[in-house]
Amino acid sequence: MNKKKERIIKYLFTMLAFASLAFLVGIVLVLFKEALPIFTKVSPKDFLLGQSWYPTAEPAEFGILPLILASLLVTLGALVICVPLGVGSALYLHELAGPRQRAVLKPVIEILASVPSIVYGFFGMAILAPMLQNSFNLPIGLCALTTSIILGVMATPTVASIAEDALSYVPRSFREASFAVGADRWQTLTKVIIPAAGSGISTAIILGMSRAIGETMTVLMVAGGSAVIPSSIFDPVRPMTAAIAAEMGEASVGSDHYNALFAIALILFLITFVFNIAAELISRRFRLKLGLSR
Amino acid sequence: MKKRDIFQKLGFGVLGACMAANIFFLGTIIFFIAARGLGVINWEFLTAAPRDSMTAGGVAPAIVGTFYLTLGAILFALPLGVASAVYLTEYSPKGWIVNLLRISINNLAGVPSVVFGLFGLTVFVKYLGFGVSILSGSLTLGILALPVIISASQEALTAVPQSIREASLALGATQWETIRRVVLPAALPGILTGVILSVGRVAGETAPILFTAAAFYVKGYPHSPFSEVMALPYHIYALMTEGTHPEEQTRIAYGSSLLLLMLVLSVSMLAIYIRARQRKTYNA
Repeated sequence: MNKKKERIIKYLFTMLAFASLAFLVGIVLVLFKEALPIFTKVSPKDFLLGQSWYPTAEPAEFGILPLILASLLVTLGALVICVPLGVGSALYLHELAGPRQRAVLKPVIEILASVPSIVYGFFGMAILAPMLQNSFNLPIGLCALTTSIILGVMATPTVASIAEDALSYVPRSFREASFAVGADRWQTLTKVIIPAAGSGISTAIILGMSRAIGETMTVLMVAGGSAVIPSSIFDPVRPMTAAIAAEMGEASVGSDHYNALFAIALILFLITFVFNIAAELISRRFRLKLGLSR
Repeated sequence: MKKRDIFQKLGFGVLGACMAANIFFLGTIIFFIAARGLGVINWEFLTAAPRDSMTAGGVAPAIVGTFYLTLGAILFALPLGVASAVYLTEYSPKGWIVNLLRISINNLAGVPSVVFGLFGLTVFVKYLGFGVSILSGSLTLGILALPVIISASQEALTAVPQSIREASLALGATQWETIRRVVLPAALPGILTGVILSVGRVAGETAPILFTAAAFYVKGYPHSPFSEVMALPYHIYALMTEGTHPEEQTRIAYGSSLLLLMLVLSVSMLAIYIRARQRKTYNA
């Protein structure tokens, strides 16, 4: 009797544990089911490479190239900020900060990471955009540049904490060997520790990118919303997430527009999925290389 | 000074500047929002409903809405998350199952929040017929909180020393009794950290509730799980993008942002504090 109860409990836990997998599969199924009808109207090639996004015009045009390029532009802009700052902070925390500094600085990074995206969006819209517009004489404050800055700040703590994890996996013996042959701390850092942690650091960058490209509220509020292929970083843009969030409310269920928005979400999901899997594979090889299991 | 010493000094200076940038960012955001938000927050702001077409009054219904949404999300995600973590650490399934589940948890954590919103819209709002409601929003937010709770619980469970489990089993307790009476109580503070972290995350999320729960204005307070609600993060968005009195609305948005920021930051500071104490006990 007791044994039977134990078995039932184990099965129960097994079932509950598969919930994450079930939700992930559910998300994929929902996206495919709601997205596929649009491809009977527009070929995948025209959808991805079409240059005009006029979903409510008559006849409607569903080319999402401007949205994809907008997402890429603001994500690249964010990387310019979050990669040096995030990796630099991780190196500082790992290499230079003593235990007492770490006790303060690590929470600062975590707290920065926990600021809600709507607050970043509000900050960008109400404070940063007017400030940039005045000081650089921009025609519009809500543009790709402002978005990139805010996304870069948002992704910095993500990059910093994952990169710091990667650095902590580098065995002490590497550092000691380097000191033993007469290298100073800077040489040890740049020639031994950074190369050893390199693939771990690249994981951090990939996940930072994933965070930036999937960010919604900030982009919705700050990017300016114009669905035209951007010609400069000062143009207002409409990245993929912003298009979904802004237009889903007005698209009637089952319409072409509705399906097209799900198709954008599907592409966005696939991009972040590839990023996450790549990060997973790289970090596993990285740990194996350093002789750590898992 | 030798050339390489200069290099080292410069290099370390650059790293210090990178670290300082984080502090600068956090300080700037808090300073600018507090500077104009503090004057807005008063008793009426916290306890009254909006009036005069969103230009005056308070945000109490939005606070209540966020409370319900967060509570619902945790009630949904906590049992699922703890059960998943218990399965992964205590029942030590086969390697490929662990890998498969770990990959799905990591990927779920990386899904863009607006995609969760679409999933919630299709499954909870439309397919299950819950409509735009607290229930739909809570379930959507719960899925988003699940990975956070799982990884915190896993960390807490792995930190419980193996010897305690063995002692319990040696006394004749079954595996379930060991988990329920010995392992889970020992891991409780760590699990709590995970819950608090996910409260911070869930309370500030906007995109998942855009199409599943939130409304700019609802008369009165929600009275059932099937009511549409106002929510603090959505309120900020709506104040900045809808309505007809941008100036007054921005003022209220400053107050709401400061309120949300204080709420979320104090919640995550609490989690960080509990976790630091927790790690100290285990290391001592």
